Amino acid sequence: MTSSLNLWLIPVLPLAGAAINGFLGKRSSRRAVSTVGLFFAGAAFAWALAVAARVSFPHQPEFVAHWIRSGSFTVDFTLYLDQLSLVMLLVVTGVGFLIHVYSVGYMWDDPSYYRFFAYLNLFMFFMLTLVLAGNYLLMFIGWEGVGLASYLLIGFWFTKDSAASAGKKAFIVNRIGDFGFLIALFLLIKHFGSLNFDQVFQSIAPMQPETVGAGLLTTIGILLMVGACGKSAQIPLYIWLPDAMEGPTPVSALIHAATMVTAGVYMVSRSHVIFERAPSALMVVAIIGTLTAFFAATIGIAQTDIKKVLAYSTVSQLGYMFMACGVGAFSAGIFHLMTHAFFKGLLFLAAGSVIHAVGGEQDMRKMGGLRKKIPWTFWTMTAGTLAIAGIPGLAGFFSKDEILWRAYQASWAYWLVGLVTAFITSFYMFRLWFMTFFGEYRGDAEKTHASASHGAHGSDAHDAHGGHGHGGVHESPRVMLIPLVILAILSVIGGYVGIPGSLGGNNRFDKFLGPVFHASTPADAENAAMGEKGVSEHTTEGPEPETAASTELMFTAISVLAALLGFGLAWLLYYRSPQLPARIAASLAGAYQTVVHKYYVDEFYAALFVKPLIDGSTRILWQGVDRNIIDATVNNAGDAAAHVSDEARHMQSGNIRSYAGWIAVGSAVVIAFMIWMWTQAR
Amino acid sequence: MVASYVPLSYYLLLSGFLFACGVVGFLIKRNIITIFMSIELMLNGVNLSFVAFAAHWHALAGQVFVFFVMVVAAAEAAVGLAIIIAVYRTRETLNVDQVNLLKL
Repeated sequence: MTSSLNLWLIPVLPLAGAAINGFLGKRSSRRAVSTVGLFFAGAAFAWALAVAARVSFPHQPEFVAHWIRSGSFTVDFTLYLDQLSLVMLLVVTGVGFLIHVYSVGYMWDDPSYYRFFAYLNLFMFFMLTLVLAGNYLLMFIGWEGVGLASYLLIGFWFTKDSAASAGKKAFIVNRIGDFGFLIALFLLIKHFGSLNFDQVFQSIAPMQPETVGAGLLTTIGILLMVGACGKSAQIPLYIWLPDAMEGPTPVSALIHAATMVTAGVYMVSRSHVIFERAPSALMVVAIIGTLTAFFAATIGIAQTDIKKVLAYSTVSQLGYMFMACGVGAFSAGIFHLMTHAFFKGLLFLAAGSVIHAVGGEQDMRKMGGLRKKIPWTFWTMTAGTLAIAGIPGLAGFFSKDEILWRAYQASWAYWLVGLVTAFITSFYMFRLWFMTFFGEYRGDAEKTHASASHGAHGSDAHDAHGGHGHGGVHESPRVMLIPLVILAILSVIGGYVGIPGSLGGNNRFDKFLGPVFHASTPADAENAAMGEKGVSEHTTEGPEPETAASTELMFTAISVLAALLGFGLAWLLYYRSPQLPARIAASLAGAYQTVVHKYYVDEFYAALFVKPLIDGSTRILWQGVDRNIIDATVNNAGDAAAHVSDEARHMQSGNIRSYAGWIAVGSAVVIAFMIWMWTQAR
Repeated sequence: MVASYVPLSYYLLLSGFLFACGVVGFLIKRNIITIFMSIELMLNGVNLSFVAFAAHWHALAGQVFVFFVMVVAAAEAAVGLAIIIAVYRTRETLNVDQVNLLKL
């Protein structure tokens, strides 16, 4: 056992940064704000690295403070560090720090510079709380907190209507998922009397898998998945993520690609003990993941906004991660989560750099030929594109291959859809790549810089380079390029920590996470009773290693082929003969329109949920209940009092004889009453 | 004793009659002075019932009360007449129907 690692510092550091920038930032200079923002994010990263270097597993959960003590039910501020949370910790702080650095350049000209950094640090705090939480409730706090930060940052330019409503949409859709998460927590409290990971998993571990029907664990699993669907943008709750692109690009990179949206994957992986004993729930996870991966990818084909393409790509890649979790390959899912954080973070930042270069334009149809003009952005984006497309040797290749292979072991259907998705992924990514960097520049060069501060993206257009000439498209400043380069390097080499056995590696990543995911699989329940060796035996899974290796190689070859095919198609359509796509679109008008309109899912939801809700609220709740019942009660009470008083007022005529008359009448009544009482008493 | 010759009920009837006269006078008359006199009549009607009961029960309390009432009535008469004079000086009328400034 190691002594205390002061884990609490990791989330608290960014919180301090958020507080300082939030309260004092308005009066500070930009330089001071960036120093504070970067220092605290960097310090969190540094401390996470120190923790990674010093920790030895298993690490006891670190108790920070009492929170809720109610009878036998206790929830404390406890920080939980195992291999899984360590990976998340490093990804969140590392990528987070890089994106902080990038933001210094990207947001420099924004009037609310300090607010941006305060929010960004706040996000880091909540995300790290989520990742380090030692119980579900603390995790939920982080979960809600990142939702809040996400809302604040999507609506960062809140004077823009679309940004404000995108923020609301994200928040509301997430609430639907949180509802499932909360019910799952209630069920856990009711049946296990605890929310602490250790205690819950200990009481679940001896339980048998619910193979037939849907029992308690299946219910909890599915409800947790509902929560994950909201946070991680899976069908049917993915609709908020593409709209979330209204936020500044670093936000898209940090929150809506690299970290926050993977919280669902993390949560499902963290709850693997529950899911492993609920095959039906796992199947739900796998099916949702697979479908989402496929549908989001197809939508991505037809998008023309560079960030929207990446947004749908993110949804699709998250689908892969859930597919992995759903087939029980949690470590593969987390592996993909990590590599995805690298390359998708990179792609978003590079896209931001492109947008920056062309003066706030996001439409790829108005880009093109940028290869020579912004070489650094081009090369880093190339690395990211190759990585996500699954070109051998780069990060995405290893993780995606691992997922596809494990999916195949579960069912060929998952694999097939995954493979097709890989092909589509490669296609739309190279489409983006060709459209942006090759061919002729299709934008209006004159307009480019005249419109540098136009409304929509005026605030993120230009940063600290007032000095050099604004002759046209130009490269971003160094402070933005350095994170790009680092992430590009990570996208290239990040996969080598988890080379699968069939490619001559030993999948160290899987082995590293092994103790988390394999120590308590249902099959081990018996092994554990006999001895300790169950743990090591289960780290390599699947069929016999020798035969598996060659099969796996074959599958690898197939997926590489799919990736190359995607590249080829994109090359043909968007480089070789760029007039072809329009013709294809015209000949497939119906299908094309459907895809362009994202399968009309937004319209469908609007008709099915939003409109009835608005109508119901207007007619029944507002005009019915609020106006006719609540308001009417109050108003009528007031009116009645006024009427009665108005009548009673006439008694006070000022005529002394009428007063005397009333007195006489009153005393007559009193006397009559007393006489009546007297007769009764007799 | 003197009182034993006249039954109590006679006194009470007279007292009630006096009081009723006062009430009716108070209600139907418009001149403030008449109203004032009606009040005095009511007071005296009550005084009569007090002394009648006092004699009947051989208790002095009733007679003491009558003195109090007379004292108060005298004070009231002093104040009341002063008010009447003041009202007449400002309004130049003693008709109560025209003295109605205190209404809503």
